[in-house]
Amino acid sequence: MATISADNHGLRLAVRYVVLTLIAVIFIFPLLFMVMSSLKPSDQLLRDTASLRAFLPVGDIGFDNYTDAFSRAPVGLFVFNSVLVTGVTVLLSLFLCSLAAFSFAFLKWKGRDLLLGIIIATLIVPFETIAIPLLLLVSKLPWIGLEGLQFGWLNTYRVQIIPWIADGLTVFLFVQYFKDLPRELIEAARVEGASWWQIYRRVVMPLAGPVLATAAILKFLVMYNQYLWPLIVVQQESYRPVMVGLQYFFQLDTAWGEIMAYLTIITVPVLAFYLVMQRAFISSIASTGVKG
Amino acid sequence: MADVKLRDIRKSYGATEVIKGVDIDIADGEFVVFVGPSGCGKSTLLRMIAGLEDITAGTLEIDGVRVNDLEPSRRGIAMVFQSYAIFPHMTVRENVAFGLTINKVSKADKEAAVANAARILQMEHLLDRRPSELSGGQRQRVAIGRAIVRDPKVFLFDEPLSNLDAALRMDMRMEIGKLHQDLGASMIYVTHDQVEAMTLADKIVVLKDGQVMQAGAPMDLYHNPANLFVAGFLGAPSMNFIPVSVTEVGPDTVTVSSPSLDAISVPRKGRDFTTGQTATLGVRPQYLRPVGADAGMLHGTVVLTERLGSETVVDVKLANGSKIIAALPQDMVMSPGEAVSFTFAPDQAHAFPE
Ligand SMILES: Nc1ncnc2c1ncn2[C@@H]1O[C@H](COP(=O)(O)OP(=O)(O)OP(=O)(O)O)[C@@H](O)[C@H]1O
Ligand SMILES: [Mg+2]
Repeated sequence: MATISADNHGLRLAVRYVVLTLIAVIFIFPLLFMVMSSLKPSDQLLRDTASLRAFLPVGDIGFDNYTDAFSRAPVGLFVFNSVLVTGVTVLLSLFLCSLAAFSFAFLKWKGRDLLLGIIIATLIVPFETIAIPLLLLVSKLPWIGLEGLQFGWLNTYRVQIIPWIADGLTVFLFVQYFKDLPRELIEAARVEGASWWQIYRRVVMPLAGPVLATAAILKFLVMYNQYLWPLIVVQQESYRPVMVGLQYFFQLDTAWGEIMAYLTIITVPVLAFYLVMQRAFISSIASTGVKG
Repeated sequence: MADVKLRDIRKSYGATEVIKGVDIDIADGEFVVFVGPSGCGKSTLLRMIAGLEDITAGTLEIDGVRVNDLEPSRRGIAMVFQSYAIFPHMTVRENVAFGLTINKVSKADKEAAVANAARILQMEHLLDRRPSELSGGQRQRVAIGRAIVRDPKVFLFDEPLSNLDAALRMDMRMEIGKLHQDLGASMIYVTHDQVEAMTLADKIVVLKDGQVMQAGAPMDLYHNPANLFVAGFLGAPSMNFIPVSVTEVGPDTVTVSSPSLDAISVPRKGRDFTTGQTATLGVRPQYLRPVGADAGMLHGTVVLTERLGSETVVDVKLANGSKIIAALPQDMVMSPGEAVSFTFAPDQAHAFPE
């Protein structure tokens, strides 16, 4: 009996690994294709797509596409811009949206539920419908900088950051998570004399690891993939993000090798971010798994 | 340490009133227990004293000061919650010191306070653990420790032992009793366990539907319940209620009888009866003594006996079909269907008008 069930267990484990490996392969193939193609000249690249050679580093391999990509476009600048805009937006968004959600979840005030309803309702408005009104708005907004008072936010970092900080989805995620925290934890902190800010800082946020990770990943993807908005509000190359930068490679000739090289470069920050978040996510689950 | 005064305290959620005018006086250093069935408003009342719920109407005074509108932290109270509510991301030490950290108490004072609480609760060896590495009883200690270090005027406990198993509950009950002796602070303790109430309390407040049914010393309530509800709520097994009719009303006594009960005069205790009305006679199971069939005054037939060795619990059916229980302080053999008679001292019986 014992051996049969042990065999059974082994078999099931084997099946599970095979399935997981298959899924992993399916997900890895496009990435593999991208990286391998970035190493090949354009004509070989197109020929290889007809066979499995597309996924293998064979034939005329080299880093020419990378040097060409860097000479065609300011790749480093674009990556810097995107990382800056994305990073600042994610941080500000986590902070401000969690603060708003804290108020919705724990404080009592008039009109609270109505306002939360409205904020959640904004989830169904697609960005395309507000892009033009928003453009008109930001083109006239004032700003006080080193040069004094100016009007118009076009061609800046802030025009790519500020409109994206607050959003209904992030607020909603935090509200849901906060409402599931044991109410008595908050009450205990109040009885102990903690101010609302201290409760936010010392009790709620340290327990918010999982929702912070989720919200950060979602926001990161939205921001790093920004295309339409920077396309219409940024005309100067110096503020351009990576996705808009892709245009440089679709001009008279379409240089597929260089495109693949460019894509490989701009994928690196995404992978790095995922690895960091995965760590944070797992450790935060480990520390909050048991509720007091 | 301080006294607590509740004057006509009320609480409504929308149109429903859940606390309907409660007056309670808690003396300095007194241990007061709120008991009552589920949903009677014990927690609500406690949370109003803590400041976690608004007081709809009435006055709450702690140490002579009206605190209705004060923040929980400024009322001089500390609270121990049913779910412990200790912070999972902090060590035991950080949990216990939380209130002091918040109030920027100096490091030396903080360490001294934590060490003192840990000593009282015998948890010095746990200070560097996280809550996830503690047992239920140990978590409860941490929650109590957090209350102790604040040196509150009034401790509030909301069913602190209800998540513990029976043996641990008894230990912790004794520890809380001892804590009260050592600290001498006023304590308000909510429970629906009447054993906790009887053993811990200086004063029990019995609540039902948001109203005080009776308040007083445990033995007072046990021996002189003011009404049927209190009579039935305190004591285990609970008091027998025998439907009777009133045959005579004297200045200090009332005489009652029923088909199963020979006429008996019991203390009236100031309650009003009229001859011929129906009433309820209450006798605790422990006060019934079995006697020969023609000697006793309460007659019935045995339904079931439970022999516990030190005690025998007998279920008895009366002539009108109602059931009573007798708890006899010796091992006895009685077979189902057997006719039995009991006697009891009249002054240990309670008559309540319908
Ligand atoms: N937020 C609320 N809104 C509406 N009604 C409430 C609210 N909180 C409590 N109640 C009602 O108030 C009454 C008293 O509740 P409370 O929690 O004080 O009971 P309890 O005596 O502590 O019961 P238990 O022994 O089950 O803990 C209940 O009928 C409950 O339904
Ligand atoms: Mg309760």
